[in-house]
Amino acid sequence: MKFWISAAIVLAAAVAAAVTVKNEYFFFAGYTVLVFVTLATAWNILGGYAGYVNFGTPAFFGLGAYTAAVLFKAFAMPLVLQILAAGVMSGLLGLAAGVLTLRLRGIFFAIATIALVVIMETLFINWRFAGGATGLQLLRPPPMPPFESYIKMLFVLAVAIAIVAVAVARWIEQSWIGRGLRAIRDSEEAAECTGVPTLRLKLFACTVSGALMGTAGACMPMYLSFIEPASTFNLNYAIGALASPMIGGTAHYLGPVIGALILSTLQQVVSVTISSEMNVLVVGVLLVFFVVAAPEGVLGLFKKWFRTSSK
Amino acid sequence: MVPDILKIEGVTKQFGGFTALNEVSLSIPQGERFGLIGPNGSGKTTLINCVSGALRNEAGRILFDGEDVSRLPAYQRTRRGIARSFQIPRPFASMSVVENLVVPLEYVVHRGSLRGADTRGEALAILRGMGLAAKADTPANQLSQVELRKLELARAMAARPRLLISDEAMAGLAPNEVDEVLAILFDLNRAGITIIMIEHIMHAVMRFSQRMVCLDAGRIICEGAPDAIVANPEVQRAYLGA
Repeated sequence: MKFWISAAIVLAAAVAAAVTVKNEYFFFAGYTVLVFVTLATAWNILGGYAGYVNFGTPAFFGLGAYTAAVLFKAFAMPLVLQILAAGVMSGLLGLAAGVLTLRLRGIFFAIATIALVVIMETLFINWRFAGGATGLQLLRPPPMPPFESYIKMLFVLAVAIAIVAVAVARWIEQSWIGRGLRAIRDSEEAAECTGVPTLRLKLFACTVSGALMGTAGACMPMYLSFIEPASTFNLNYAIGALASPMIGGTAHYLGPVIGALILSTLQQVVSVTISSEMNVLVVGVLLVFFVVAAPEGVLGLFKKWFRTSSK
Repeated sequence: MVPDILKIEGVTKQFGGFTALNEVSLSIPQGERFGLIGPNGSGKTTLINCVSGALRNEAGRILFDGEDVSRLPAYQRTRRGIARSFQIPRPFASMSVVENLVVPLEYVVHRGSLRGADTRGEALAILRGMGLAAKADTPANQLSQVELRKLELARAMAARPRLLISDEAMAGLAPNEVDEVLAILFDLNRAGITIIMIEHIMHAVMRFSQRMVCLDAGRIICEGAPDAIVANPEVQRAYLGA
């Protein structure tokens, strides 16, 4: 209950900000942060809970974005339907990729997911209708009321999508499914021998994770009024999605949220105040710091402080 | 006559050109305490990996309660009533001791009817029976060696098996700890569970088993009562080193 009240407050605050705050840049930057919150949360379902490290985030994110763009170009489909379709397509990609790769373990699975990104990018480079290598210019329709600007509307939508993603991750984490996924991470053999259908659970996690990544990408074409393969299937999405849970903590559903808020906000600040090249450095420095000094992330640090101070 | 709970018929397992199991056949009646011995590399663990589903046998059949399970994945076999412990303990290290037992309770015993099930209470009851109740909320990665062995057995028991395979549950334990684990296994057997014990500690497996089999190089070389097994010249040559 507390979770849903908090979620409602966050959403209401986002709407209130969109109606009152005039400066559009705030929403422009905030949107990117929210995309990473969703990506990191989705990544953590397979990577954090089940321990299957996925470098394929751009494949799922990009397929979501292209699904939305193609549907918009072909049928002028409304945005909400674009988002749903993007989720379905990326979920299907997750399922298919899972069938092919989830029998692999450890580093081999990670390598296979990188291949997935290359395959998807090549596919869209060669698809003329989707703009090919040069990309596709998209003309935004007018925003839905009460929003007077499209970016503000996208911002509120991104908040809603992030809340859905976090709610799904939270449900998985606290249910028997989450316990089964953790059993898989700890010992796959032992999990099988205690009745956990490991392959089925991994497929489920991969599908849900992929679908959420797809929805995170769905608004991207409208956000930029443009889509092209190189930036859509950019490995920075993979790094951000993976680094945020590491920074925030993988054990709790709030870990990726905290990690993404810290990392992406810092990146936005750095790219405005210093340079956009420097923001990649931020990821590197933070990642090294947390892997060495706080392997359980910000949440792990809090737990440690809480324990020592209560003694 | 007591029906066989497990029937192994001509099971062969190869790793590349190496034959780990060569047409092994065995029958184990319900409720038996069965000992499996043999030198290192003789195929004991491979055999129980084939029974539990961690490996697939190339030839032969494995019948559990009359049903051929040799093509089923491991989790399906656990749900039918085959449980095992691991030679090297594989606890769910990120979970507490009690949560380790909740996994099989959720995935086997109360599957499909989780609402209202008191999995924690049931897990605690099993831990009490094993003398592990005091450690219920300890993280599993902080247990001692003997506690880890007990956790292996407790987690296997939480799946409510009819056949329990104990893979060297006593290796490396002190004599009094061996007695503790043996007592647990006797208790479980009295409750009606068929037990296959793989063990190198001869006095323990001799005391426990009603019937024993000795494997050597993937074949059964001797089968019979414990006394007859140790007296057998082939067993002495291959395993006991007399």
